[in-house]
Amino acid sequence: MSLSKKFVEISDVGMTFETAKGSFTALKNINLTIEQGEFITLIGHSGCGKSTLLNLIAGLTLPSTGHLICAGREIAGPGPDRGVVFQNHSLLPWLTCYANVYLAVERVFSASESKAQLKARTDAALALVSLSHAAQKRPNEISGGMKQRVGIARALAMEPRVLLMDEPFGALDALTRAHLQDELLAIVAKTQSTVVMVTHDVDEAVLLSDRIVMLSNGPAAVIGDILTVDLPRPRERLALAENPAYHQLRSSVLEFLYQKEKRPAA
Amino acid sequence: MLKFSAALPANIAAESIRMRRRKLQAHAMQVLPPLLGVLLFLLAWQMLAGFRSDLPGPGATWDAALTLFADPFYENGPNDMGIGWNVLHSLARVGLGFGMAAVVGIPLGFIVGRSAFISGMLSPIMGLLRPVSPLAWLPIGLLVFQKAEPASIWVIFISSIWPMILNTAAGVRQVPQDYLNVARVLNLSEWKVLTTILFPAVLPYLLTGVRLAIGVAWLVIVAAEMLTGGTGLGFWVWDEWNNLNVAHILIAIFVVGLIGLLLEQTLVLLARRFEY
Repeated sequence: MSLSKKFVEISDVGMTFETAKGSFTALKNINLTIEQGEFITLIGHSGCGKSTLLNLIAGLTLPSTGHLICAGREIAGPGPDRGVVFQNHSLLPWLTCYANVYLAVERVFSASESKAQLKARTDAALALVSLSHAAQKRPNEISGGMKQRVGIARALAMEPRVLLMDEPFGALDALTRAHLQDELLAIVAKTQSTVVMVTHDVDEAVLLSDRIVMLSNGPAAVIGDILTVDLPRPRERLALAENPAYHQLRSSVLEFLYQKEKRPAA
Repeated sequence: MLKFSAALPANIAAESIRMRRRKLQAHAMQVLPPLLGVLLFLLAWQMLAGFRSDLPGPGATWDAALTLFADPFYENGPNDMGIGWNVLHSLARVGLGFGMAAVVGIPLGFIVGRSAFISGMLSPIMGLLRPVSPLAWLPIGLLVFQKAEPASIWVIFISSIWPMILNTAAGVRQVPQDYLNVARVLNLSEWKVLTTILFPAVLPYLLTGVRLAIGVAWLVIVAAEMLTGGTGLGFWVWDEWNNLNVAHILIAIFVVGLIGLLLEQTLVLLARRFEY
């Protein structure tokens, strides 16, 4: 791995929260290097701290120990170079889809570009997720899948160096989820984005990722294993279903989740 | 088969009649209860007036109202003005006191909601002063301003400011963390956060505060004007009591109620406009 390709570097990161009941260690000894253009998924049982790790990369929380570096600079807070797609879309309900995306575009590019260019960027982002027709609708007038697509458009419109996604399709029905996964594959192939995605869906992880980072059960979760998914791209959902390598990868993730890191009785 | 298809149109017709009847019934059920309530109220009033000769019944009050509203804007000196003038004077006082309370109370609510420190500083004072009857502030107003007019505006101000502060602050505290995370990820400026996220998110709460405040202000103005005199609906009620013109007092009660209802409904409509 060449030095220039190291894009996000997480070294010896630990995260301890001070709560009313005392301190709670969510993560410890996390070391991970992400290359430019790589698609990483973080998988683990709920409560294992995978969202915490994503928030650390986003800069929404700062680590208790260790360092995070993105594109050669220490992550000291959130910034538009790291676009975030939130679990529950987090669109502002009083703005149209267009205005929600425009808010992000305006913030990043208004210093250097004209109004017309900003508008063109916003239109292009909505077109990328095939939502040009819903630009003037408010979030409560569109479906859950469409909202999540606007959230993706908002994040992509900022041309972030890294796209961070926190269980973006978790709240959607299976068919919509599959559709959006395919769409995301196409978008990422087009934009060559670096993506870190939190998921608890094994099929989603194998379908999308270059590498799957599997976290052990919390508290004090560590990276249990990293699985390289060397399936060729473009990936086809139906073709993969016949592919023995796909099933092998899938069962190794399942094995990790349900044997090695068996969920403690809830 | 043939029999069935022949029966079909008749079925459809019967169904549509039944549906129309059901719709009509639902409509009647909406209109009937209020209508019946008003009728019973008028009946009770009429009966009461029958027992007490000094209490005018609905008919006599209606006649008095017709003459009164025939010339609402006459002026015979400062203490004898038409009902229209009295209503306008009361509304102007409420508007002024209420407007100033909004100008002070809403920004203060934002500050209290955003800063735990300032909230902690103000909460004992607000806790103590909020339950005080607004009229208890009137002597202080008279003392400070030396005049009835600003004193009554002061009373409106002090009574309508609490709901605006408290509701705005509650709204600010309840802005979902998700929206604030969006602001942080997009790295929005403080001004942009205020105008595109905080203000719209707080607006429904703020409008609830405004609605409560205007209700209180309108309640209080009548009482304040009874004490300060001069003009206004409250003064007029007291003046007509001195004239023993009970019909006019009853009319005043209806006018006060009606205007209060209108103010409240206007704000409810406004609030509905900003629901997401």
